[in-house]
Amino acid sequence: MAMTYLEAVRETLRQEMRRDARIIIYGEDVGVRGGVFRATEGLQEEFGEDRVMDSPLAESAIIGTAIGAAINGLRPVPEIQFADFIFPAVNQIVQEAARIRYRSNGTFGVPMVIRAPYGGGIHGALYHSQCIEAFFAHVPGLKVVMPATPYDVKGLLASSIEDEDPVLFLEHKGAYRSIRGEVPDERYLIPLGEAEVKREGTDLSIISWGMTVNSSLKAAENLAKEGVSVEVLDLRTIRPLDTEAILTTARKTGKVLVVHEDNLTGGFGGEVSALIAEHALFDLDAPIRRLAGPDVPAMPYAPSLEHAFLVTPEKIEAAARELAEF
Amino acid sequence: MAKAKGKAAAQKHRDGGLATEQLHEMYYHMAMARALDERCWVMNRGGQAPFVISGQGHEAAQVGAAMAFDPSQDFLCPYYRDLGVVLAFGVTAREVMCGLLARANDPSSGGRQMPSHWGHAGRRIITGSSPVATQILHAAGVALAARIRGEDTVAAAFFGEGSSNQGDFHEGLNFASVHRLPVVFVCENNGYAISVPLSKQMAISSVAARAAGYGIPGVEVDGLDPLAVYQATQAAVARARRGEGPTLLDVKVVRLTSHSSDDDQRSYRTAEDLAAERAQDPIPRFRAWMESQGIWDAQQEKSLAARIKGEVEDATEFALASPVPDAATLLDHVYAP
Ligand SMILES: Cc1ncc(C[n+]2csc(CCOP(=O)(O)OP(=O)(O)O)c2C)c(N)n1
Ligand SMILES: [Mg+2]
Repeated sequence: MAMTYLEAVRETLRQEMRRDARIIIYGEDVGVRGGVFRATEGLQEEFGEDRVMDSPLAESAIIGTAIGAAINGLRPVPEIQFADFIFPAVNQIVQEAARIRYRSNGTFGVPMVIRAPYGGGIHGALYHSQCIEAFFAHVPGLKVVMPATPYDVKGLLASSIEDEDPVLFLEHKGAYRSIRGEVPDERYLIPLGEAEVKREGTDLSIISWGMTVNSSLKAAENLAKEGVSVEVLDLRTIRPLDTEAILTTARKTGKVLVVHEDNLTGGFGGEVSALIAEHALFDLDAPIRRLAGPDVPAMPYAPSLEHAFLVTPEKIEAAARELAEF
Repeated sequence: MAKAKGKAAAQKHRDGGLATEQLHEMYYHMAMARALDERCWVMNRGGQAPFVISGQGHEAAQVGAAMAFDPSQDFLCPYYRDLGVVLAFGVTAREVMCGLLARANDPSSGGRQMPSHWGHAGRRIITGSSPVATQILHAAGVALAARIRGEDTVAAAFFGEGSSNQGDFHEGLNFASVHRLPVVFVCENNGYAISVPLSKQMAISSVAARAAGYGIPGVEVDGLDPLAVYQATQAAVARARRGEGPTLLDVKVVRLTSHSSDDDQRSYRTAEDLAAERAQDPIPRFRAWMESQGIWDAQQEKSLAARIKGEVEDATEFALASPVPDAATLLDHVYAP
């Protein structure tokens, strides 16, 4: 069935909750309101207030209690209303959830999925636009999943819920309503840590994740008209990372453009680039190129500034064209 | 007769610290806040402003509280609903509209932040963010510095009741009370955190009760009455200036609009609830009270309305004609020059 990215989130939550009574959802406005983006709309009606509840406005409490609930046999899927508001919970995520397995010598685990809408381009300004993946991809013990399409949302969310360890599941706000795609009715799993070639190509490779995969595909399509053949690799999960897929595409085309919306310095693109430099340098025909958000604290509100910040299909196209000509 | 009544009323207000002119000023700020806010919604619906967040129903609380501070020496840390607070502290309608339309001359952020993320260096209004409750700690820190520097400054933090569940709220009250800092914590309690009613936010009905845990006074205030708010805030400010420490004000207000232009409160509040709140609108209420005291009449109302309409019009035109931020400034102000 064709559906939006947002519907894929909601329908997967519904399907998983029907299948597994251990799953509970809570967060700010997720109950009666169905979430500020409607990702949980109708779920409280179907599953009741015990399984879908509004929580007090306190992110540290949301995540900290979800850790306890996960340890005691549930599968919490807490929502952070905007990824930008995850920071009060960083202590609980980084110091607790991510290292409980390690610090208990494998005797405790935290099977929890934190859903959070991220990303900009929606007039969200400094605090409703951020990409937060780099902060969390740095943390061993945590998994970071960033789907680009409705199909991947379903398979990756189901896998995340089934996973025995804490997963940060980042959904791009811009994708919620603008990205549509076919999603099978039946349940399926996409393993965490498996990238996917979303478009085959021979001249250069774009490596990306989350929403910028869609922008990269647009750019690739335009470039194809000019005779430039672009391969687009969607990492889908950045931790665990599909190193093999990265090296394979780098070796295949010999030119790599890494694209992310998050700001450049210390962004996850640095990790991807380093891997290629370490393992496939002599297969390259051009220096690795990174296209990312500028190094300013966050995305401004004024449309002129927001547009200047964003990594658009046009900017990707220009960077890819330049790299192809190298 | 009306004159005698007016005199008596004026006397009464002087007892409470406010002369008739100040009551008129109070009403002006409240009415201005409402009119500007209504214009913001018109511009939102007209596609000129992507985002609006309102203080409608909070005006009496905001203006009553703000007027109890001294704009020449106190510092305010407001939150996104506080249009009435910033107007009463000297921010102009033009400045507000430049913020709404994200113009380069928006004094809060030059168009970088969402509208209503107030800040004004010249008006002693400290820049605020979106993550709620963070400013509560800033206010405590401002007060700490004032004490160390030997200034007579009082700091104020404004926030919603839902935000009083954040750690920053509890940590801020604790810090300020341990150090007896000159801070006033003003909770604008509208009973909702977006869609979540008070009963699901906390197991108590009074945010003021939280003050007891920090050994400071917690005062419930009728936020629909600007004089009650003014008096309660004035007492808290006086206590702070005397060096006796912070106060938590739990100011009960109504939220007459949806949470923001991205929300629709009809999906989680009943029509009766909304109508009941609408009937408690603090602005006509205050006007009726002034009329009953013989210090306001239809003629004054008419000329005030005309003045406000002109100012809102002027502000809108000014903002529309103001330049948008130059994309080349995107990288400015990440660090000091
Ligand atoms: C840390 C954080 N989490 C979530 C949000 C999203 N959010 C914005 S306002 C709001 C509700 C605030 O309620 P309250 O404190 O009662 O203030 P009100 O809006 O009612 O005036 C929420 C959840 C936020 N801004 N910051
Ligand atoms: Mg509230």
